[in-house]
Amino acid sequence: MNLKTRLHILKRKYRDSKWAPAFNALHTFLYLPNETTHHGTHIKVADDLKRTMNTVIMALVPCLIFGMFNAGYQHYLAVGDIQAVTGGFFSSEFWTLDNFLVGFWKIIPLVIVSYGVGLGIEFLFAIIKKHEVEEGYLVTGMLVPLIVPIDIPLWMLAVAVVFGVVIGKEVFGGTGMNILNPALTIRAFLFFAYPTWMSGDKVWVEGAVERTNEIAAGANLDAISGETILGSLAQGQDITHSVADMFFGFIPGSVGETSALLILLGGLFLIFTKIGSWRIMLSSVLGAVVMGLIFNQVVDAGIITESSKFYGLMSTTWWHHLLIGGFAFGTVYMATDPVTASQTNKGKWIYGFLIGFLSILIRVFNPAYPEGVMLAILLMNVFAPTIDHYVVQGNVKRRMKRVKVKTA
Amino acid sequence: MSNDIRIKKGLDIKLKGEADKTVEQAVISNFFTVRPEDFHGVIPKLVAKEGTSVEAGGTLFFDKSYEDIKFSSPVSGKVIEVVRGPKRRIDAIKILADKTQTYQDNGVFDIDAAKPEALKAHLLASGCWPFIKQRPYDVIANPDKTPKAIFISGYASAPLVADLDFTLSGKEAELQAALNALSKLTEGKVHVSVGKNSNSPLAGLSGITIHTVSGPHPSGNVGTLINKVDPVNKGEVVWTVNAQDLVVIGELLLTGKFNAERIVALAGSSVEKPRYFKTKLGSEVATMIYDKGINKKDHPRIISGSVLSGKHIKPDGYLDYYSNTITVIPEGDDYELFGWNKPVFDKVSTTRAFTFSWLFPNKEYDLNTNTNGEHRAFVTTGNYEEVFPLDIFPLQILKACMYSDLDEMEALGMYEVAPEDFALTEFICVSKQPHQQIIRKGLDVMLKEIG
Repeated sequence: MNLKTRLHILKRKYRDSKWAPAFNALHTFLYLPNETTHHGTHIKVADDLKRTMNTVIMALVPCLIFGMFNAGYQHYLAVGDIQAVTGGFFSSEFWTLDNFLVGFWKIIPLVIVSYGVGLGIEFLFAIIKKHEVEEGYLVTGMLVPLIVPIDIPLWMLAVAVVFGVVIGKEVFGGTGMNILNPALTIRAFLFFAYPTWMSGDKVWVEGAVERTNEIAAGANLDAISGETILGSLAQGQDITHSVADMFFGFIPGSVGETSALLILLGGLFLIFTKIGSWRIMLSSVLGAVVMGLIFNQVVDAGIITESSKFYGLMSTTWWHHLLIGGFAFGTVYMATDPVTASQTNKGKWIYGFLIGFLSILIRVFNPAYPEGVMLAILLMNVFAPTIDHYVVQGNVKRRMKRVKVKTA
Repeated sequence: MSNDIRIKKGLDIKLKGEADKTVEQAVISNFFTVRPEDFHGVIPKLVAKEGTSVEAGGTLFFDKSYEDIKFSSPVSGKVIEVVRGPKRRIDAIKILADKTQTYQDNGVFDIDAAKPEALKAHLLASGCWPFIKQRPYDVIANPDKTPKAIFISGYASAPLVADLDFTLSGKEAELQAALNALSKLTEGKVHVSVGKNSNSPLAGLSGITIHTVSGPHPSGNVGTLINKVDPVNKGEVVWTVNAQDLVVIGELLLTGKFNAERIVALAGSSVEKPRYFKTKLGSEVATMIYDKGINKKDHPRIISGSVLSGKHIKPDGYLDYYSNTITVIPEGDDYELFGWNKPVFDKVSTTRAFTFSWLFPNKEYDLNTNTNGEHRAFVTTGNYEEVFPLDIFPLQILKACMYSDLDEMEALGMYEVAPEDFALTEFICVSKQPHQQIIRKGLDVMLKEIG
């Protein structure tokens, strides 16, 4: 008896037990189910939600792997063991096993905790509420390790994941029903609950926190500082990183969000596969560019001078904003979440534009935490149904008008 | 007068097993069955009890809520069984056909001289009325109302369905008679669509407005035609008639006989020799499918109608009242190892998520009935709009139907749609939601609450 038959028999056995959703989740992971159509169309397309989600994960994998190398690179650079890479993206000084292993041992636990805790809760809810385990968390689970600082303690991540999955998703009825992007809910929870672990100049580079503690305990060591570019700009400091570093991603930051190049490629892949909305991505970039240009104009006009605390970020060249911080990552992977984004095509344009626009606005005017994309997306998540409402009303009005033309 | 309608949004699903353009006389089946469930919303009141003999065109039952609407027997013979379901609901009326057919004589009808009322009464009495359907609600037309227009699609764009150019050829006289009659029943026009590059017998007829349609499916759906030409507003009614049913109506008017003869396509990848048959409504499909059709040992799905909105029937099932196609495709009740993530070459997809049908636009696929995934909540957005040419928000109207918000359903355009308009969105639905069923239920709720 082969595995297929064995699982089929088990499926029948578990059909009415409370473990059925858990069993089905594992079964359908291995095998596409043998379900056939009953009513309506007799044939169906090849895609299902698993395939859709899997495609997004594929687009995230390059960011994850790069994040591992970059973690080690930033660590050794800060410690002073290596020199800054000069040879560009394919430089062999960057892609070393040493770099990789540092990141690997820090990031794999993040991934395991994210998936372990998150999927655990999904299974629990599926069993209690007797629905199937839905695929939404597959992407969320991969996003979460990529949008946190590398030194975040695992227990904090676990607590945040519990919060994000339960409050951000399950209370609304699960995948497809939630209002806020679950991954960003998790990040927002971390940010408001444990702000010292989510900002500042210590958490972004592996080992910096540890070393700070050692110094405080009396060890004679140099402190590691791993300020992000946004952090430096917010404080009006000069940045030492070149534009190429920003584009390739050789900068400190959340695990997966540093490499604009790989995010761009991931975004193009999602657009090509028609899984990600190009409307949202494009309009979000447009929104950011517009806001960036406005700020640049304000600085050029001399309204804001160097004495202002906003000068650093406001004077940042408009297109640099697209490369630094979490903007690119948020735009490509988070703003395009189909459940929490606007659902109409026109709505997507407005939704994306406002995300880009607000991201840069919040980034500049939020001195405590110079990152705007998370708050902008969460804010627009809340307004997405309103945008859709007005877009749909346009159609409704057209329909009503038709009647009036007739009767007139 | 001719008008062009060009559809860009949509999807042509190319399937293996298109019917060859040869007609065979199907073996005359012994039994014919009429199933009241073919007529949505009709509560049948039986006239021909078990054991009675009927002529072809004789009344079998009528609609309890509208007694003038009568349903006729496609053949002459003896009612041998009335199959009943729960609560004594009539599921099927089975007729043993006579060897030589006798027809009820309804008399030749003078269309030009007749008043609309007389024409209506004639169609009602002869059992031809059920061929006329109405929107809103996609049910048999209410004879008390006057439609603002009548729509007929003479172009079949759904996969594997009978080519109307072929099945209607040579029937010009009947078609013209039926269209002349229909144009008397409406204040407005009779709109007929034909394919742009087709050679439709409808194109040469007079007294109608011809629209040439082009583009992918659903360009041939009558719902698309209505939406593009003269959409239904609140309080308005339009009627639709299937082109092949015009022939029956026309023959009735010209000869007085209710002749339920029809040319049907037997198609699909499971059919050994896909071709056309001349048969009658309600005939057993077994007579066609087992003669150089499908292998009895195979495990096929037999559909009366198209793969997108036809009815699932058993091998001993019957051709339904509105179909002119029988499609046979393989059942897909098997598991596929890692089917959700491995690259797919043998299935159709509108995305490019490791699916490669976009590379082979002209390839014909052999699709089975596997759902390729489990039922989920609506998650992805924006993909329905790519295949939905109507000026309606498909996702929003489906959701409105699911929570039965009548005002919202009305505002979003429920009066204009029929389930078949949502066949393509259902086909491409990643969440495997039953769109046509959701719309049907929504229409039923509206019919009950608003009427």
